[in-house]
Amino acid sequence: MHLSPEPGVWLAAILTLAGFSFLWKDNPMFKVMEHMLVGVSAGYYLVQYAYSAIFKKLYVPLVKQGNLLFAGCAVLGLMAFARLFPKRSWLSRYPVAFYVAAGAGYSVPSTIQARVIKQMQVTMINVFDQGSLGAGVSSFLLFVGVITVLLYFFFSAEHRGPLGAASKIGIVTLMIGFGASFGYTVMSRITLLIGRFQFLLGDWLGFL
Amino acid sequence: MTYSAFSVFLSVLVATGAAAIDFEVVDTPHDGGGSLTLRWEPVARSAVAESVISLGLFRTDGSGEPRGKRADLAFGDSTFFDERLTNGQRYTYEIEAVFPSTITVLARAEGTPSLQWFRTDRIAVFFGVVLFTGLLLWFTYHARSGRQMFIRRIAGLEAVDEAIGRATEMGKPIMYIPGISSMEDVATIASVQILAQVAKKAGEYGTRLMVPNRDPIVMAVAQEIVKESYNQIGRPDLYIQDDIYYVTYSQFGYAAAVSGIMLRERPAANFLLGMFYAESLILSETGNTTGAIQIAGTDSDAQLPFFITSCDYTLIGEELYAASVYLSREPMLLGSLKAQDFAKAAVLALILIGTLLSIAGDTQFAGAFR
Repeated sequence: MHLSPEPGVWLAAILTLAGFSFLWKDNPMFKVMEHMLVGVSAGYYLVQYAYSAIFKKLYVPLVKQGNLLFAGCAVLGLMAFARLFPKRSWLSRYPVAFYVAAGAGYSVPSTIQARVIKQMQVTMINVFDQGSLGAGVSSFLLFVGVITVLLYFFFSAEHRGPLGAASKIGIVTLMIGFGASFGYTVMSRITLLIGRFQFLLGDWLGFL
Repeated sequence: MTYSAFSVFLSVLVATGAAAIDFEVVDTPHDGGGSLTLRWEPVARSAVAESVISLGLFRTDGSGEPRGKRADLAFGDSTFFDERLTNGQRYTYEIEAVFPSTITVLARAEGTPSLQWFRTDRIAVFFGVVLFTGLLLWFTYHARSGRQMFIRRIAGLEAVDEAIGRATEMGKPIMYIPGISSMEDVATIASVQILAQVAKKAGEYGTRLMVPNRDPIVMAVAQEIVKESYNQIGRPDLYIQDDIYYVTYSQFGYAAAVSGIMLRERPAANFLLGMFYAESLILSETGNTTGAIQIAGTDSDAQLPFFITSCDYTLIGEELYAASVYLSREPMLLGSLKAQDFAKAAVLALILIGTLLSIAGDTQFAGAFR
């Protein structure tokens, strides 16, 4: 056993144990860790955004490069602070509306392309011409899965009769997918846990 | 699509015995300009000469800049994307083979980058947007004109009243978590629409509603929405701005803080609706241990399994989008849900047609959906 002499390692180890103590119950150690994490991260992101957004994306192009287009962005940004003045708080709705509308408009074509068109393309295949029986069965299951899951998300009709049967297959398909995803993610979380234990037992206590 | 480049076949070959290669430089299609795509047939060392040391790609432009090396090429390479170029300027590229005592130009080609205003390879997306917009306008018009439109029962949403009623009876608050994504995320937009309905119901019962936020803009929107909802039911006095608050932008800082709040405030009902990432299980599991009734919903397929296992009701994917319509029955939103349903029907029909055509040997139809 060789305890780490580094204060940083000790601090990280104590905070890790404070985080794990939440498994027992809410306690002062966890509260200290929680408040430190929230406070430090809030301060960190404030500085990071002040630099990456206000300085790099506004000050540099507007003041140093003289691009006046960014003056409009600056005005929109300043309008967001109108919330601090109750009588003028309605002004803050404009930048939010612009932000939401631009974001939604920007994401529509990419979402349709990635989540609809691509999915359609890979589903529309000849299941009898996939080279092997396994690949054919896989393609057929994919086809049935896509169709039945789509039917499950059809809200304009009651799920009864043939639609009910198809949507049941759809929800079973979804649950199989979720089960696989659950197992996969749990495994990756276990890897993170192992990493923490390696840190505690190795870097801190020197057992490993 | 504009191809403004041309291919030059060069047969400059000297005593080294190196063979000429086909080389072309074309404007990279469907981009915003500033890029050229270089293609050549892969060169085998034996095809050039065994004594060749390396292959290099060189570029000259018309701006007077000196000729410079762009990349070392490996034998077997066949493409290269040159970026950060000036639109409209002609560039000349040469592939050279370096020998112990000499350098040989294997091929030379020129090209000019340009921008394309339209991505013609995405024509299917264009028709998809036009179709959906048409359906949206049509159904919104009919919904506004008072036509009755049916929506099937969604189990998780039937429980909203139950959850709020339970919190009221227990005299405990309701916690609404709108996810940790930003306001341009579709799931967040859906979540704040549901928040409006939850706030109205909570206001009718006089139950305290807490909304911790990770994104400052989502917080601003949530404050506006809750305030407006209380105004609509005639209870503006219920609005407490400090109950719809900012926590931190850090993902796990947010998760730790909200978990702590759940244990200390003990909300009787937790709503976790929106976009979630790795913190989903931390939040829902903590809520579960406090005994709160939990209604969750997200369109993140990686997080849905965690909600399904640890929450009482889960809205899966598109059910989240349908939730606000289901709760509010607002004509505008109802029309949008109907449009989505008919768009799905159209997608279904196209998949069936495409699959049948593919089985019949026609792959052109499926190929149009790139």
